[in-house]
Amino acid sequence: MSTIDWLIDDAPSSRLQARAGRLYRLSRMLLRNPLAVVGIVIVTALVLVAIFAPLIATASPTEQDLANRLLAPGADHWMGTDELGRDIWSRVVFGARITLMIVAIVAVISAPVGLVVGAVAGYYGGWVDRILMGLTDVFLSLPRLVLALAFVAALGPGIENAVIAIAITTWPSYARIARAETLTFRNAEFISAMRLQGASAVRVIGTGILPLCTSSMIIRVTLDMAGIILTAAGLGFIGLGAQPPLPEWGAMISRGRAFILDQWWVATMPGLAIVVVSLGFCFLGDGLRDVLDPKHGDKA
Amino acid sequence: MTQDATPASLQPPRQMMGRGNAWLRGLGAVLVSMAMTFLGLIAITFFVGRVVPIDPVIAVVGDRAPIEVYNAVRAEMGLDDPLILQFLRYVADVLTGDLGMSISTGGRVIDDLVRVFPATLELATLGIIIGVLLGVPMGVYAASHHGTFVDHAIRVLGLVGYAVPAFWLGLVGLAVLYARLQIVGGPGRLDFFYDGLVPPVTGLILVDSLLAGDMAVFRNAFSHIILPAAVLGFFSLAYISRMTRSFMLDQLSQDFIMTARVKGISERRVIWHHAFRPIRVPLVTVIGLSYASLLEGSVMIETVFSWPGIGNYLTTALLNADMNAVLGATLVIGMVFILINKGSDVLYRLIDPRARA
Repeated sequence: MSTIDWLIDDAPSSRLQARAGRLYRLSRMLLRNPLAVVGIVIVTALVLVAIFAPLIATASPTEQDLANRLLAPGADHWMGTDELGRDIWSRVVFGARITLMIVAIVAVISAPVGLVVGAVAGYYGGWVDRILMGLTDVFLSLPRLVLALAFVAALGPGIENAVIAIAITTWPSYARIARAETLTFRNAEFISAMRLQGASAVRVIGTGILPLCTSSMIIRVTLDMAGIILTAAGLGFIGLGAQPPLPEWGAMISRGRAFILDQWWVATMPGLAIVVVSLGFCFLGDGLRDVLDPKHGDKA
Repeated sequence: MTQDATPASLQPPRQMMGRGNAWLRGLGAVLVSMAMTFLGLIAITFFVGRVVPIDPVIAVVGDRAPIEVYNAVRAEMGLDDPLILQFLRYVADVLTGDLGMSISTGGRVIDDLVRVFPATLELATLGIIIGVLLGVPMGVYAASHHGTFVDHAIRVLGLVGYAVPAFWLGLVGLAVLYARLQIVGGPGRLDFFYDGLVPPVTGLILVDSLLAGDMAVFRNAFSHIILPAAVLGFFSLAYISRMTRSFMLDQLSQDFIMTARVKGISERRVIWHHAFRPIRVPLVTVIGLSYASLLEGSVMIETVFSWPGIGNYLTTALLNADMNAVLGATLVIGMVFILINKGSDVLYRLIDPRARA
């Protein structure tokens, strides 16, 4: 029996085979969606560029060369140079590391927090639910960027604080989704069965409920990535995020603002990088939603 | 958002309570949740104000004051009181409009905010008008031409709206349309020599110049506002067209549309009369949410265009570590945001016959 036959077997004989088969089918469906493929290519490229930044960059991202400042894009400097003679291409390449780090840390902090808050609220119901969801609703009904700005103002400028501020404003939407998912199978028979066998609440939530919330969570986190990137870049642009000389894309646009009328490339190039990467996450998230959440079908 | 827009039809029938009664209860619930959210917002700004590493006492007495003076001032400022008491006092201050003094402008924060707010309102309103006028027809067109090239293009355009940084689009727009082609005005609300020509009545320059009958000022103001408003409008267009398309696809797959078509009603009438009418209600919510997010989006846009509105005020205050101004602006933006959000919820109840019954 070939591997593919093993994967698409309708009567899997082991858990591993069932899971592998499901994964195989999902990836086939995902690859059939052209936008999703574009998204996968962009996100993979982002990860590769971030890992191999020193090999891809043609110059140091921080080394100044005042003799060659504000050069237009050309053979030596593919994206031109900035006001301190630094190669913009190399800075954009190293900036991929910062962007990837920001989205990864925000996702790692906020998704689990939102997941647990939502699952606990949905599972217990009653006053636990009311308090947790009241808190969530307050955060959700406030403007995210402004809230992040206020938190950064309190914590002080810097990339770590920007990440914390974004994470604080991101978790509530995950809590909302996790609660909605939990409510749909809180009274399901397999949950009752777990409880009758004497499983503790922690066990029911951890092994019964949380795994079922993950697919909608993955979709949501992927779709949110673009928003996280834009918020981080916005904080950098205002001067509250990553500080110079870090090659963060938003901060680079901010520096290029002074030269936008004559040396357009200084601000335009890092902006293009933001657009491409955010679009990649949007396309991927959109494709994932079509595959993992058939309810939405092709409407969304 | 999508979950919120559809469920009225899925909810189980209401208990018999009398029409007006149920409706009032719904309204009451909205008002209560609005009050709770306001309180939450105030709690957040209070908390943010407390964790700021700037010591408010030192800001008053200076860092060389003897410890007795420091302690006396600290007690006088109420900072030794229990936190809950300080919070209640803060709530009372906010409710009476006392947001403290701004260290950068030297005036009361509330006066500053009242002065700068109309500029933001003008910008966001023009933005949402552009977004609705273009976004709704685009969404309807995409849905009625489902699967065609134009449909895909509109869908991708909607995604681009989530991926482009507003401040960057504004900068590129300035570089191309102002610096190169010179078809729009530059940063600011008016050119220098038009400043102060019309008496401020509403604070909205477009309206004020029309009231004064000064078309030169109106044209100049329009040339300045059109680019930032178009950038904001693009973002609401992306969202509105996306939601309109999805609502319309829902409707067009219903049986009554098929019936209407079988009866030989023209496609135009099927789309606008049969399919579009029911989605007006959820669209109101979408437009409300979009309007609220434009107020937020204008924070970045105003910074780029040196637009003297609340967003510019906020970012300037942030860079000057002017905490009273930061928290005041956050409070006002947050409150307007909540007000529009909940307001569209109330409006939804007013115009949706199912929510009324």
